[in-house]
Amino acid sequence: MAAIIEARDLVKEFDGFAAVDHISFAVSAGVIFGFLGPNGAGKTTTIKMLTTVLAPTSGWLRIAGHDPVREPLLVRRSFGIVFQDPSLDEELTAYENMELHGVLYDLPRPVRRQRLEALLRLVGLWERRGDYVKRFSGGMKRRLEIVRALQHQPRILFLDEPTSGLDPQTRNQIWDFIRGLSRDETVTVFFTTHYMEEAERVADEIAVIDHGKIIAQGSAEALKYQTRGRTLEEAFIALTGHSIRAEEAAPVDRMRMMRRVWRR
Amino acid sequence: MKAVYILWLRQLKRYSRSRTRVIGSLGQPTLFLLTLGYGFGPIFARAGAGDYLQFLAPGIVTMGILFSAVFSGIEIIWDRQFGFLKATLVAPVSRFEIVLGRTLGGATVALIQGAIVFVVCLIAGFRVVHPLLLPLAVAFMVLIAVFCTAIGTVVGSVLHDMQGFQLIMNFIVLPLFFFSSALFPLDGLAKPLQIAVRLNPLTYGVDGLRGALSRGFALGVVTDLAVLAALAAVLLAIGAYLFSRIEL
Repeated sequence: MAAIIEARDLVKEFDGFAAVDHISFAVSAGVIFGFLGPNGAGKTTTIKMLTTVLAPTSGWLRIAGHDPVREPLLVRRSFGIVFQDPSLDEELTAYENMELHGVLYDLPRPVRRQRLEALLRLVGLWERRGDYVKRFSGGMKRRLEIVRALQHQPRILFLDEPTSGLDPQTRNQIWDFIRGLSRDETVTVFFTTHYMEEAERVADEIAVIDHGKIIAQGSAEALKYQTRGRTLEEAFIALTGHSIRAEEAAPVDRMRMMRRVWRR
Repeated sequence: MKAVYILWLRQLKRYSRSRTRVIGSLGQPTLFLLTLGYGFGPIFARAGAGDYLQFLAPGIVTMGILFSAVFSGIEIIWDRQFGFLKATLVAPVSRFEIVLGRTLGGATVALIQGAIVFVVCLIAGFRVVHPLLLPLAVAFMVLIAVFCTAIGTVVGSVLHDMQGFQLIMNFIVLPLFFFSSALFPLDGLAKPLQIAVRLNPLTYGVDGLRGALSRGFALGVVTDLAVLAALAAVLLAIGAYLFSRIEL
């Protein structure tokens, strides 16, 4: 099948430090592709380049046949994205968040209305559409973000650590939902994770990234076979020489507190 | 252009839902109006300069717009921290439309805020001298709002977090206000202060608003309009440029 995401020798340097260091990969249309690596490996930097918000230092890139640097608007139409941290407007309702997104993507009103209702029903948020997002739980916000990203029927769905910070039960729900989507909506899914078991369970294909370089690529089975590891965890340690590092607390929590004080 | 509209609407919704913000930002102008207006009133009158409240009120309306507008612009920083900015930057709309929608939204909010301060001034005893010039007063308020929101856009596009908040307050917002003719008349000032006040764009806004509402223009209505409109356009352009260069 044709590749819908293609990267060759992609590099991103920050002040001489290569956060992404000559990586090449291709993602076929319709698959679920997992980008696995520890924090700071270059996953988010890669996603930013794929989604037009960061220009690569060098390399060749095509998203749905277009160059993200030269044709950003065409590329942006082709994908939906769920960021690592929430990106909803918490002062608006679920419905308003969806509506704002639909208008930004220039969907005609009837399409917007119909799509919005179908998607909110799909994730069980239709009854809560009039509630402010700030009243939602972490799992509800994540569900809302995922369907928001799907509203314009993108060909690719980028998910940056879609389940970080969620409890195991909610994580399962989210993944079941995403797998269903990839089937029913025929959308290509590109996700990053540092959870080994998620990559193994969900992805058709995995690229392992560490220190800005892709060190292995293939199905979970192939990676395990290649390293003679019994689990993907063992395969990862065999490939990188270390286990996956623990997650750090984000400075955004501190900001949240500051805002509350300021707003008072 | 639909994108501009929906982002403008978002700012208005957020504003109208935040009652604390509406009330909170009224506190300072009201305090200034009541203490300075009534406090210095007798001295001002004794010096033969007329009714101080009539002089001060347009300056206080400007203050209300200034504070509200700069902070509407700075909301970019919050949106960056809370992620909403990312969501708009990956949407298939140009950065220019985004920054335009945001700035117009912020300016509209500031304008409403200014109108509320104006009503407070009326309650405090301010009287409009030339009702026919009210449309001109509104035009000045719009220009002040756009100018100040653009300042906020510039700052918000450059700063990444609210650590610089005090810096903005003490080195941009308060000097703009105090070094304008909001609190004192232009004539008879010491030379250095005179120069500072003349160089301050907000002086032209205050003068225009005061001219239209109560006391006549000290600098000339055409100068006021031209300077303010030109600087608002320049700052809008700078803001749009800096916003377009935001990397996440």
